[in-house]
Amino acid sequence: MIKKTVANVREACEGIADGMTFMLGGFGLCGIPENIISELVRRNVQNVTCISNNAGVDDFGLGLLLKKHQIKKMISSYVGENAEFERQMLNGEMEVELIPQGTLAQRCEAARSGIPAFYTPAGYGTEVAEGKETREFRGKMHVMEKAFEADFSFVKAWKGDEAGNLIFKGTARNFNPAMCGAGKITVAEVEELVPAGQLDPNQIHIPGIFIQRIFQGENYEKRIEQLTVRKRN
Amino acid sequence: MALSKEQIAQRIAKEVKDGYYVNLGIGIPTLVANFVRNDISVEFQSENGVLGMGPFPFEGEEDPDLINAGKQTITALPGASFFDSAMSFGMIRGQHVDLTILGAMEVSQNGDIANWKIPGKMVKGMGGAMDLVASAENIIVAMMHTNREGESKLLKECSLPLTGVNCVKKIVTNLAVLEIVDGKFLLLERAPGVSVEEIQKATEGDLIVKGDIIEMKF
Repeated sequence: MIKKTVANVREACEGIADGMTFMLGGFGLCGIPENIISELVRRNVQNVTCISNNAGVDDFGLGLLLKKHQIKKMISSYVGENAEFERQMLNGEMEVELIPQGTLAQRCEAARSGIPAFYTPAGYGTEVAEGKETREFRGKMHVMEKAFEADFSFVKAWKGDEAGNLIFKGTARNFNPAMCGAGKITVAEVEELVPAGQLDPNQIHIPGIFIQRIFQGENYEKRIEQLTVRKRN
Repeated sequence: MALSKEQIAQRIAKEVKDGYYVNLGIGIPTLVANFVRNDISVEFQSENGVLGMGPFPFEGEEDPDLINAGKQTITALPGASFFDSAMSFGMIRGQHVDLTILGAMEVSQNGDIANWKIPGKMVKGMGGAMDLVASAENIIVAMMHTNREGESKLLKECSLPLTGVNCVKKIVTNLAVLEIVDGKFLLLERAPGVSVEEIQKATEGDLIVKGDIIEMKF
């Protein structure tokens, strides 16, 4: 067994530096690496490019990095619900690249899987395709999209073991698996870290080969963005 | 009388057939789930990674790890499954999802759709809309026929930045049901008490009216 555990979030984030590109899992505030985001804020790493489907809210998730002006560029599919984001974007303090959600996921997966580029129909005929190679396959037009290049992938899983194997829960899975192994170094924080042998190999979602560092996170807040319930009769 | 948002959803629900996997967009499309017949088997897909999405949870039973693409707390029905975003869009791009229902700001008569950006206003992003419209074989747009200024949203050409080209097949508005056929809007049904003339007036694009146009019943 090749051990991937590190003692804590500080050790897990060794090597991060100003100007780097980070991938961060999560959809809205669901399945975000909360501990790692706090550590990025604490270290005050500057001028970073973040590849993440969303940009958090004003006081949680990536919004915490935004507030401290640590982000130079965001690459996302949807960035609503964040007033500080809007302000920085409109003032030109931060660069924003909006790309289709499926393209975002596939550019992560391609990076992980050694596929330098691929064709997708998403965005053909729109401003997303401007300046990109287009090509017809089976009578339909496609846009060439390239794999991301990132220094670190930061992901959050439900359970993990010492070997770096991961299991996700519910829709907190989202972008996390595709980002595993997509950056040069993948750091996973998990709610429950167990010794090797305790997770059933049949149930592993992401094998440890894609993970370089794993640690058990603390004090998960798991904030709900849109609490929507129905009344009992 | 023009249809309410609920009635638009109710009319669209008739297009949902037994055995369909369906992706619902935010807004009116979300309401469609409330009107699907309960004697047919349908599964709703949410692109953040769930098939077999159920209703909102009861108070106190919400799970922060279980949300829909609108970030609302949801439940999962028996037979549901979870998966990652890359697989989710693989389902969409690979045309395994049978029907996509989404909203629009503008639709053109050749089936172009604009629903993600208004120049000069804060752009929030396209989310999964571009992937959905580029890949789905069967797309129904739920929208109001005109904007707040009373201007038509069914146009010869879209004026707003596009989400996708040549992709919309059917449109259900507060006034009518229309199909895109040979680069024109073909009028299929009209809302109760709404005349063909009123629909004509509210449609900037070319409208084809063939024979008697049936009135929707609720």
